[in-house]
Amino acid sequence: MPLRTPKNRHSAKAFEKALASKSDGKYILRLYVAGATARSRSALRRVYEICEAELKGNYELEVIDVYQQPELTRENQIVATPTLVKYSPLPLRRFIGSMSGAAGPFFTLDPIAKGKMVV
Amino acid sequence: MKQKVANPASRNPSLPRCPTGIQGLDEITGGGLPRGRPTLVCGGAGCGKTLMAAEFLVRGVVEFGEPGVFMSFEESEPELAANVASLGFDLPGLVRRRKIVLDYVHIEPSELQESGDYDLEGLFVRLNHAIDSIGAKRVVLDTIEALFAGLRNEAILRAELRRLFRWLKTKGVTAVITAERGREQLTRNGLEEYVSDCVILLDHRVVDQIATRKLRVVKFRGALHGTNEFPFLIGDSGISVLPITSLGLNHKISNERIGTGVRRLDAMLGGRGFFRGSSVLLTGTPGTGKTIVAANIASAACRRGERALFFSFEESPSQIIRNMHSIGLHMDAFVKGGLLRFHSARPSLYGLEMHLATMFKEIASFRPQVVIVDPVTSLMDSGTPSECRAMVTRLVDYLKAKHVTTIFTSLTQGGHALQQSEASMSSLMDTWLLLQDFEGNGERNRVLYVLKARGMAHSNQVREFLISKNGVDLVDAYIGASGVLTGSARAAQEALEKATTLANLQEAARRKRELGRKREVLERQIGALRSEYETEAVELRRIDQQVGTRTLVLSTERAASGRLRQADAHTSNGTRDKPKFANGRP
Repeated sequence: MPLRTPKNRHSAKAFEKALASKSDGKYILRLYVAGATARSRSALRRVYEICEAELKGNYELEVIDVYQQPELTRENQIVATPTLVKYSPLPLRRFIGSMSGAAGPFFTLDPIAKGKMVV
Repeated sequence: MKQKVANPASRNPSLPRCPTGIQGLDEITGGGLPRGRPTLVCGGAGCGKTLMAAEFLVRGVVEFGEPGVFMSFEESEPELAANVASLGFDLPGLVRRRKIVLDYVHIEPSELQESGDYDLEGLFVRLNHAIDSIGAKRVVLDTIEALFAGLRNEAILRAELRRLFRWLKTKGVTAVITAERGREQLTRNGLEEYVSDCVILLDHRVVDQIATRKLRVVKFRGALHGTNEFPFLIGDSGISVLPITSLGLNHKISNERIGTGVRRLDAMLGGRGFFRGSSVLLTGTPGTGKTIVAANIASAACRRGERALFFSFEESPSQIIRNMHSIGLHMDAFVKGGLLRFHSARPSLYGLEMHLATMFKEIASFRPQVVIVDPVTSLMDSGTPSECRAMVTRLVDYLKAKHVTTIFTSLTQGGHALQQSEASMSSLMDTWLLLQDFEGNGERNRVLYVLKARGMAHSNQVREFLISKNGVDLVDAYIGASGVLTGSARAAQEALEKATTLANLQEAARRKRELGRKREVLERQIGALRSEYETEAVELRRIDQQVGTRTLVLSTERAASGRLRQADAHTSNGTRDKPKFANGRP
């Protein structure tokens, strides 16, 4: 029962497809939230802001409500909400929290975005 | 009320239980874990937390039809499946049949960044989905503390864990949460603060190089429970906790008697041997023949067509068989015939509890009528005296309940401590045979006696125990003014007695002959006297006749002369006096 192969360990099928089709460094992001709470909303707003500011259209952002699609939590190893998962480009990264009060905390730290490292 | 205290909350309607199916655990907790509440299982590394949790879940499905969710924070699904497969649990099969959901929660700190506040709603949703997808009644979280390693915000984590456990309660599932044991508290991260309904502590300690697993119910809110430490073991069919007092003293007893294989020994035991189902202690100093007596009893059972199980803790089966050949016991035939089984293991191989469990399993599978434990004392080295006594008690109880006659041989050192050291164990025994050495005259001889035999008239005599190539025999030891004589001293004494008897006989015969001779002489004398007497009697008669004749002649002559002289004197008839004999001899 090969449950823990790299293939299906962290990624949903949709993103495998996305990975296969797009290798041009486009950011594929998913934000997992639990319901339309204030925390969810502020996280979404913050993520949207940062993406617009730093990625300028070179991204795909999908918002998933875990209440609606609970089965995705297991596939994507979601424990905390809100969680933003960056599936592409690799490496896979998870950003936990509402990201309130933090100005671009993740993309500034992301080595690829900063051009410090080439994958 | 009193009874309720004595019987810890077994029928407490206010607190429903969720039976674990783990052997012995339900007994200790009085029916199982608190239903619908979380239970914390904590302990150090390698003490069986995950296994206990997995068994709780698997038995829940298999025995009680309650599906379960296993949420693992440490081991992946295949790892977990492989780990519990060694206990015969088919986890993948149960997953396929949708009885169990395995969920491996993996948090990789290297790919994780935290910013701002968050909650663990994702985990809740995930767990909720797993529970609802199969209608689970049981949940295992193993080991949720791993979250503390992955997530940095401890304040959020603690608040969320508190919420999680409350949520589990409202969800109505019986949860088992495992946690690593901390230094000063029960768990490393103080989980016991949140899970306060039932806390079970597992321990794996090594005493004298022998590891023993112990289980203790630290806390069981709302119910009385066994608070002692209970040994438990992980066998190949899962965990089994062994409550010390598993059986009461209410076993049925048998009046049937079984022979020992030694005729004189049977005779000492009221003529018919042991009671069936009794426990027999056979103590002796080294080399007194304990194993030989035990082997005789086993062989006797096999000859009757019964099964005998021989637990040997010092010799290998082949060695026992070879050694018994030397006294004319051919045990290999019984082994081949399936009537005799040996089980040999070094006492230090594993702890006392494991030995006990192995013995129980062997007994359960072979179903013997006679069990021999040779020697029980070497098993005693594997634990403290109190543990050993508890073990023997349980073994005796178990075997008595099954009507199995048990022979425990026990090795003792010489001297007076002999009986004292066995005193604690002997009170459990129905029959106690003692084998002892007697030294003297430059030799060593074995004696056997019956120290006690409950419920039967038994001999109080010391018997000399002889071992020859034809088997064993008991002979009367010579008991005289100078004490008990055995061996050559006994033989010498017997010879002496024999010689004395012979001398006495000869003396009597001689005296008899002498008297006979004397009598003969006397009789001869009597004969001589009698013939003399008769001669004299004849002589007397003859004299009488002569006198008579002479008188007649004289009177005739006188009459004739008178006639001639014409005298008128009376005619005499010649009176004859008969002689008188005192003896009246004819």
